[in-house]
Amino acid sequence: MTSSEVAAIESQMKPMTTDRKRHLVTAALVAPAGLWLCVFLVLPFMAMVVFAFGERAPEGGYQAAFTFAQFANLPSRAAAFWNTMMIAPAGAFLCLIVAYPAAYYLAIKSNPKYRLTLVSLVVVPFWTSLLVRTYAWMYILGSRGIPNLLGMIGIEDIRLLNTPGAVLLGIVYGYLPLMIMPIYVSLEKLDRRLLEASADLGAKPVSTFLGITLPLSLPGVMTGVALVTILLLGEYLIPQLLGGGKVFFIGNALVDLFLQSRNWPFGSAIAVTLVVVVVIVLSVAMRIAWKVSGSRQVDLV
Amino acid sequence: MRALITFVYLFLYAPIALVVLFSFNAGRNASEFTGFSTMWYGKALGNTFLITALQNSLMIAFSSAVLAAIFGTMAALGMQRLSSRARAIFDGLFAAAIVVPGVVIGIATLVALIEVFSFLNPALALIWPGERPPQLGLGYGSIIAAHGLFSLALVAMIVKARIASLGRDIVEASSDLYATPFTTFRQIVLPQILPSALAGFLLAFTFSFDDFIVAFFVAGSKTTLPIYVFASIRRGVTPEINAIATMVLVASLLMILVARVLMRDKKTKAQAGSRS
Repeated sequence: MTSSEVAAIESQMKPMTTDRKRHLVTAALVAPAGLWLCVFLVLPFMAMVVFAFGERAPEGGYQAAFTFAQFANLPSRAAAFWNTMMIAPAGAFLCLIVAYPAAYYLAIKSNPKYRLTLVSLVVVPFWTSLLVRTYAWMYILGSRGIPNLLGMIGIEDIRLLNTPGAVLLGIVYGYLPLMIMPIYVSLEKLDRRLLEASADLGAKPVSTFLGITLPLSLPGVMTGVALVTILLLGEYLIPQLLGGGKVFFIGNALVDLFLQSRNWPFGSAIAVTLVVVVVIVLSVAMRIAWKVSGSRQVDLV
Repeated sequence: MRALITFVYLFLYAPIALVVLFSFNAGRNASEFTGFSTMWYGKALGNTFLITALQNSLMIAFSSAVLAAIFGTMAALGMQRLSSRARAIFDGLFAAAIVVPGVVIGIATLVALIEVFSFLNPALALIWPGERPPQLGLGYGSIIAAHGLFSLALVAMIVKARIASLGRDIVEASSDLYATPFTTFRQIVLPQILPSALAGFLLAFTFSFDDFIVAFFVAGSKTTLPIYVFASIRRGVTPEINAIATMVLVASLLMILVARVLMRDKKTKAQAGSRS
């Protein structure tokens, strides 16, 4: 073997070893996260699916079996599904009605100097405890709150807490920041020259809004509605605290089945169904969002 | 328009302000303010159950956020070197960790862990040399693991976005100047992604500290602060809860404000960089 041949082989070997090293580093970097995702997301999800096809043991918990009985039993919780499927989209829609003008103001009308601060003020509550924020409304709507004040001016016996209205109010309150943000982002990206051009061509502000601003902000609207609806599908605290057991969601049924009546297989079947619903809502929303526009980036923080 | 935005801010902050105000109420009556007093704070802080719950929450939030910040940042760095297919799998799993409702995450973790424990505990008893083999069960570990799942995805998303906004040119310049990959990483890449990783840590901490529903399922016999607050609310609204709620609010407000400052700093710097 001549020295030039050795050099040629070495030069071939070298990239291979560095390549190998590179792969090792990559593997080491993603391994902990990959392991975490497998053990605490994939494995639990599979366990839940297995449970959903099992039977309830006499003492509660799970007994191995393969039966569709749990899924056949789903209609017995139809009320929870019905409430969730009605109130979650309604809540998201109400949220949108309040959020859109607010996002519009922040993105287009507000003073750019204070814009970041104003936006921060909207986002910050989202990261504070939902439990505490919902509790605040329990306090306000409870018998010693607004009904008490109304009683002083002669309006007696007003019940606000434990009504669907209270749950809707809690939803709007809890998820408003999450709805404002994506709409704000899509409005902020909007090219102002389009608005000026529209005005120059004699369009009234209303037609500029309907013809340009609104269509261009639709991706943000879609993202916001989808996000809020999906989170609401699994909501527990708001219906629990403001609905007082009268307005209950799937989340409430799940807590009851797992922690009180200990019917784990049936609970798993409901949870699996809930995930299927979430996936359907998400894929429909994404399909629409793609049609409306390519952008899917949302700044949640 | 102005009136509307004022209303939105009032709507967002007035209920919180009310809770804070009434936490300083001298009287027990929730509907009238009878005088300023910090007695409910004293009462809350003298409550050993509450203090234990607070300590548990702080420990769990810190542990899950540290693990999530380290592993999430590593994953974000590693993912860009993966094949597009492997990257898509990771992206999908991270998205699932964020989108799947907390109530489902709690349930799935609960059933899986109970099954694993019912299998592991007898096995452990069989091979354990001592008299009393350890019993694995739900508790701190399971809460940290379940919170860490969401937090990991959160940190990975934030850091990934930061890496995507980083120019390849400075990395290339660094290697052109004969820096080893490790030096390039330590001196060029790390300083740029550190603020995002830190912001991710703070958000993860806040999430874990405030989470109720996931912990509710996997806490076993342990109590976290939100679980304690939830249980007290069910027993009845008292000014003591207002005091606790105010303290929880202040803690998470501080966290999120610092996180936002860190992330804004990064944004303005990036803008300044792109302008020059």
